Amino acid sequence: MTDAAIIPAPMQKPPLLKVENLKTYLYLKRGVVRAVDGVDLEVAEGETLGIVGESGSGKTMTSLSMLRLLPKPSGRIVEGSITLDGTDLVKLSEDEMVRDWRGRRISMVSQDPLTSLNPVFSIGDQVGAPFRYHKLAQGRGAVRKAVEAVLARVRIPSPAKRIDDYPHQFSGGMRQRVVTAMAIACSPRLLIADEPTSALDVTIQVQMMELFRELQRDSGVGIIMITHDLGVAAGICHRVAVMYAGRVVESGDVREIFRNPAHPYTRGLLNSIPHLGRKRRRLEAIAGQPPSLIDPPRGCRFAARCPQKMARCDDYPPQFEVATGHKAACWLAEPRS
Amino acid sequence: MTMTMPDTAVAATAPLLEIRNLTKRFNAHGGGVVRAVENVSFSIGRGETFALVGESGCGKTTLTKLVLGLEKPTSGEILFHGADLATASSKAMHGYRRQAQAVFQDPYSSLNPRMRVSKIIAEPLMAHGIGDRDSQRARVLEMLDVVGLPKTAADLYPHEFSGGQRQRVAIARALSLKPAFMVLDEPISALDVSVRAQILNLLADIQDEFGLTYLIVAHDLALVEHFSSSVGVMYLGSMAELGPTESVFSHPKHPYTQALLASVPRPDPDHRAPVGVIYGEIGSAMAPPPGCKFHPRCPYAVDICKTTPPVDRELAPGQLVACHLAETIVPPVQSSIAPL
Ligand SMILES: Nc1ncnc2c1ncn2[C@@H]1O[C@H](COP(=O)(O)OP(=O)(O)OP(=O)(O)O)[C@@H](O)[C@H]1O
Ligand SMILES: Nc1ncnc2c1ncn2[C@@H]1O[C@H](COP(=O)(O)OP(=O)(O)OP(=O)(O)O)[C@@H](O)[C@H]1O
Ligand code: SF4
Ligand SMILES: [Mg+2]
Ligand SMILES: [Mg+2]
Repeated sequence: MTDAAIIPAPMQKPPLLKVENLKTYLYLKRGVVRAVDGVDLEVAEGETLGIVGESGSGKTMTSLSMLRLLPKPSGRIVEGSITLDGTDLVKLSEDEMVRDWRGRRISMVSQDPLTSLNPVFSIGDQVGAPFRYHKLAQGRGAVRKAVEAVLARVRIPSPAKRIDDYPHQFSGGMRQRVVTAMAIACSPRLLIADEPTSALDVTIQVQMMELFRELQRDSGVGIIMITHDLGVAAGICHRVAVMYAGRVVESGDVREIFRNPAHPYTRGLLNSIPHLGRKRRRLEAIAGQPPSLIDPPRGCRFAARCPQKMARCDDYPPQFEVATGHKAACWLAEPRS
Repeated sequence: MTMTMPDTAVAATAPLLEIRNLTKRFNAHGGGVVRAVENVSFSIGRGETFALVGESGCGKTTLTKLVLGLEKPTSGEILFHGADLATASSKAMHGYRRQAQAVFQDPYSSLNPRMRVSKIIAEPLMAHGIGDRDSQRARVLEMLDVVGLPKTAADLYPHEFSGGQRQRVAIARALSLKPAFMVLDEPISALDVSVRAQILNLLADIQDEFGLTYLIVAHDLALVEHFSSSVGVMYLGSMAELGPTESVFSHPKHPYTQALLASVPRPDPDHRAPVGVIYGEIGSAMAPPPGCKFHPRCPYAVDICKTTPPVDRELAPGQLVACHLAETIVPPVQSSIAPL
C-alpha cells in the first residue's frame, strides 16, 4: 500500500459535524459505564451516516451526547469535541444549547417515537411548540399555518383537519410522522434518527425511508440514522459507522462496508444474518457475547470473540485506513510496510 | 428418532395441531370490540416449523395464546392430535400443557429474578409433579448442556447473565418437560444482533434432536424464509395467505404478501430500494375496513373488494390465498430508483 492510501483524501468542505475522541461515561453505583469510549464521526451536509451496532454498544449515548441530553446525574462527557457548523457543542452552556441548538440546529427522532408524544396535548400544540419557542412563527394563526405546512411535509393527509386530533387518534406510522415533523420543524442542520422505524411494519418503514430521503433532498439536512438493521443501513445511508462496545470499529462508504468489510466483527455480523432468497439451515454465528462496559478489555474489545485474534490484539488497535475514507480499528488492517 | 424432518415434514402424517375458524374478540377498555383474530384456519404437521408474520397488532400473539390455552377462543376449534382442546377434560388439558411450551420475546421479564436458574428450569417439572429432587436436578443439568450453558449456571440468578444467555435459560426451561410442540414468540428480537444467529442455530439443533414442532412469530422475513417450513401472513386479524414457505416466498400471490416481500430492507447497498410499494396506513382492529381488510391499501382493489370478504382458495399445492383477484394478478415489476 502506498502512502497515499493512508492519508485521508482532502474534503471539499469542512464537514457539517465532526466528533473527535468523544468519551461519555455513566457514573453509576455499580461502577463507571464507558458507554462511549473514544468515538470519531463525521457527517457532511446532505449526507446520511448510519450508525449500526448491537444493543448497548453506545449508539444512543453518542447521539444524546450531541444533544447534550445525557441521563442526569450519571452521564458526563469526559473528553472530546462535537463540532457542528464550526461550534464545539461540548463547550456550550445549557442556556446556549437550549436557545440556539437543541431542537433548532440539531434535533432527534427518538428510539421510542410511539411514546414520545404527550397524550394530553393535541398534535397542533405539540408540533407548534418548537415554532413558538424558537420564535419562528408568532401568533396563533401563523403557528397554525407553520404546523400545517410541516405536517404536509411529512405527508400527513389533510393536515388542516388532523391538527386538532390527539396522538391516540393516529396510527403508529402516522405518529412516527408527527414526531419527525417536530424534529424538522425548525429546519435543523443535523437530524438524528434513533431506530426510527424498528417498531413499524416494513411496508410503513419503506414510506418513512422515502420521507427521510425527500427531506434531505429538499433541505440538505445531514442525517445520522441509528439502526441495528443492516438492511435499513444499506438502503438509506451514504456512509456507515459500525460500533462495538463503545467504540467505532469500522467506518466508510456504504458499499465499502458491505462489499469489502475489513473488521472481523463487521464480517461476522454480515455473515450471521439470514438473507432473503439465500436459504441455509445453519447461520454462521459469532460465538460469545459482547463485553461489559464497566470493565472492558484493554485491547481490542472484540478480541475474545474474534476468530483471527493475534497476540497484538491485547493492545488497542488504532484506526487504519484500508481504502479512501474506509477505516478499521483492527490490527489485520495495519498497512504492511 | 423417526419424526425429524423439520424442513419438509407436512406430507404423510396427520397434523399435530389443527386450527379451525378460530376467532378471538376482546372488549376494549373504552368500549368497542377488538377483532384480534378472525376466522383463522391452518394446521401444523409434526416436525414442521410454522411461522406467523404480519404487522404489529395483527393478532399473532393472540393466536399463539389461544393455541397455548392461555386465552379462550370466542369461537372456532383447536385440535391437538385430533382432539379439540375446548372439550378436553382437565386431565387431557393438563397433558396438553405439558406437551406445549413457549419461549417469549423478552428474556428479561420472562424469568423470575429471585429464582436461581436451577429452580427456573425445574419449575415446570415440579408443577407437573415429575420426578424427585435428584432426577429434577439431573434434568436441569442435562438441559443446561443442551442449550450450551455450563453446569455452574445452575446456581446463578438471571441478572448474572447476558440477554442471549437468558434466552438460553428460557429455552432450557421450556424443554425441561420434553414437549412435542413449542411456541416461539419473537424469540430473538430482544437479543443483541451478534448473538441472534447463535440462538436460531440452537433452536434448529434442538428441533432436530427432539423432533420438536414449532410455531414461531417473527417479523424478520429473511429469518422466516430461513427458518420455517410453512408460513402464514396475517393482516388485521385475518390470514391473507398461507402455505409452504418456499412457494409463498417465491410466488407470493396476495398483494399484501407481495408488498411485504418487496419492502424488506436488504443488506445490500446495490439493491434497488422499492418505492411506493403500497401507501396508506394499516387500519384498526376495532373498525377493520369492510370487505377485504386490505382494500384501502391495495393497488388492485375493485368494487367487490370493498364489500365482500374474500374466501381463501388453494392456488398452488398447500398455498391458500384470500384475495378476490389472486388468480389474475401477477407480482408487480418493482418500480425502483437507485438507493443513493
Ligand atoms: N440511563 C442509563 N443508565 C445507566 N446506564 C445506561 C443508561 N442508558 C444506557 N446505559 C448503558 O450505556 C451503554 C450504552 O447504551 P446505549 O443506550 O447508548 O446503547 P445503544 O447502542 O443505543 O443500544 P440499543 O441498540 O439497545 O438502543 C450500555 O451499556 C447501557 O447499559
Ligand atoms: N387483552 C386484550 N384486550 C384488548 N385488546 C387486546 C388484548 N390483547 C391484544 N389485544 C389487541 O388485539 C390486537 C392483536 O394483538 P396481538 O398482541 O395479538 O398482536 P401481535 O400481532 O402479536 O402484535 P406485535 O407484533 O406488536 O406483538 C391488537 O389490536 C391488540 O391491541
Ligand atoms: S381482495 Fe381486492 S383489495 Fe383485497 S388484496 Fe385482493 S385485490 Fe386487493
Ligand atoms: Mg439505543
Ligand atoms: Mg406479539
